[in-house]
Amino acid sequence: MSELIRKTAAELGRLVASGEVSAVEVTQAHLDRIAEVEPKIDAFLHVAADAALEQARAVDERRAKGERLGPLAGVPIAHKDIFTTVDMPTTAASKILEGWRPPYDATVTRRLREAGLVIVGKTNLDEFAMGSSTENSAYKPTRNPWDLTRVPGGSSGGSAAAVAAYAVPLATGTDTGGSIRQPAAVTGIVGTKPTYGGSSRYGLIAFASSLDTPGPFARNVLDAALLHEAFSGHDPLDSTSINAPVPPVVEAARQADVSGLRIGVIKEFVEGEGYQRGVLRRFTEAVELLEKLGAKTIEISCPSFAYALPAYYLIAPSECSSNLARFDAMRYGLRIGDDGTRSAEEVMALTRAAGFGPEVKRRIMLGTYALSSGYYDAYYGSAQKVRTLIARDFEAAFQQVDVLVSPTTPTTAFKLGERVDDPMAMYLADLCTIPSNLAGNAAISVPCGLAEEDNLPVGLQIIAPVLGDDRCYRVGAAVEKALEERWGGPLLKEAPSL
Amino acid sequence: MSAITRDEVAHLARLSRLALTDEELDHFAGQLDQIIAAVARVAEVATDDIPPSSHALPLTNVFRPDEVRPGLTPQQALDQAPAVEDDRFRVPRILGEEA
Repeated sequence: MSELIRKTAAELGRLVASGEVSAVEVTQAHLDRIAEVEPKIDAFLHVAADAALEQARAVDERRAKGERLGPLAGVPIAHKDIFTTVDMPTTAASKILEGWRPPYDATVTRRLREAGLVIVGKTNLDEFAMGSSTENSAYKPTRNPWDLTRVPGGSSGGSAAAVAAYAVPLATGTDTGGSIRQPAAVTGIVGTKPTYGGSSRYGLIAFASSLDTPGPFARNVLDAALLHEAFSGHDPLDSTSINAPVPPVVEAARQADVSGLRIGVIKEFVEGEGYQRGVLRRFTEAVELLEKLGAKTIEISCPSFAYALPAYYLIAPSECSSNLARFDAMRYGLRIGDDGTRSAEEVMALTRAAGFGPEVKRRIMLGTYALSSGYYDAYYGSAQKVRTLIARDFEAAFQQVDVLVSPTTPTTAFKLGERVDDPMAMYLADLCTIPSNLAGNAAISVPCGLAEEDNLPVGLQIIAPVLGDDRCYRVGAAVEKALEERWGGPLLKEAPSL
Repeated sequence: MSAITRDEVAHLARLSRLALTDEELDHFAGQLDQIIAAVARVAEVATDDIPPSSHALPLTNVFRPDEVRPGLTPQQALDQAPAVEDDRFRVPRILGEEA
């Protein structure tokens, strides 16, 4: 096994830029690793070995011509299969898009290419990003590299598993209710949900447009910041893109200092039911560590957060029922039952019944219900008011503190199959992550140890105000630095070798 | 009392253009009933004096310059279509027989 796969993205970028190692060598080492671990973890829906080597050769040629390369040029990356890519299939892990070749690149895809990142393939996810375990993929479940009988979280589970298994140093994800932070937490890596509108949704297959946010996965905080910076920033093609500079996330990750910061512990997320004891213990230790590093911590109450989960499961399905109406079997994707006798409407209903999986169907119907006349005020209307209350709780909290902290997830990775037919149990995985999607602010998950019951990773969630993404990286990097000194290396060195 | 009946779920499936089997309807009716009962809690705190938020950012009327950019060629647009005829999307009949 090549030593190259253990290196950080920042190191690989330096090696390629200085010419010590070629981008082709780096890419080949990771393609070999993918071939080795993929039969065990099933993280990818599509591996593009030839296209990746071609991109790597282009980077090497640019260097040979004397061009100055960016910090991530020649670094391999796995791309969640919900971003459009002209040179690879894009499925959203749904049968309705099987084999679809998009006619355009997502803005995030385009920016990865411009940064010289080498896209090695597309990763597995819960169908249309709806789920918390990646078991809702229409193609296959992905397995957690820490324990192959457990889920890698979701919806961006393929990306998280690929990074945790050293198949790639970086990956993209999308976070609508926790789909980056929750898989990062349960696979022992770093994942960020940037401020809503900080990263472009153009070419991201829509699930819930007011919540969907592209973000990075990495094995350390600095790498996540480098990727965050590489694909973020204003995009005129996304009307909800923020026209402001990208917060100084890389500088903050290098700063790694919390002295003088005020940190709030969200009371409702440590006192509620359903939290695993080992998760709470690692979280409490992380808060103590922050105190020791010079931060001042206080308890903060956010009473409306108790209503975030129900509000989310009205707002997200409502937006999904509208967004997924575009899958009508007419212009692209699957078409079933077009035998010359059936009407367009019949063909549409047959196609959607055959092409969507159970969770997508549940959410489309739930959203249709919540938006129905007669129910709209009680359900969707009330959920929108809860959204206001949650934003107000954050506003009040950030007048007292610089960041908020909580466990990222109530439990460690659960077993495959354990919650697959119990939607309410599955939804609880996103209990602590959802408020930031509803309010649009930034949040990160960083590893903070292993739960003693099962020796599985626990994530610390650090939440910052809108456009305060740099604070997430500053605190995350400080925690990472102190913990890695204590552990004698990254948490991932405790993971079983695959 | 259940939050939603099987007949209502069948109606939602029709509105959603999902041709579900009887077995699926039975299964989803139970699950949706449980989910709707749980999410209905939002009404407990949604009082009249709270304005609704449809969005996290205070953005309104976002404009960009109306510049001509290259679009898809007919060939690119039709490339992934399930059926094509005479440079157009071929679709099943949309109007009733009598039309």
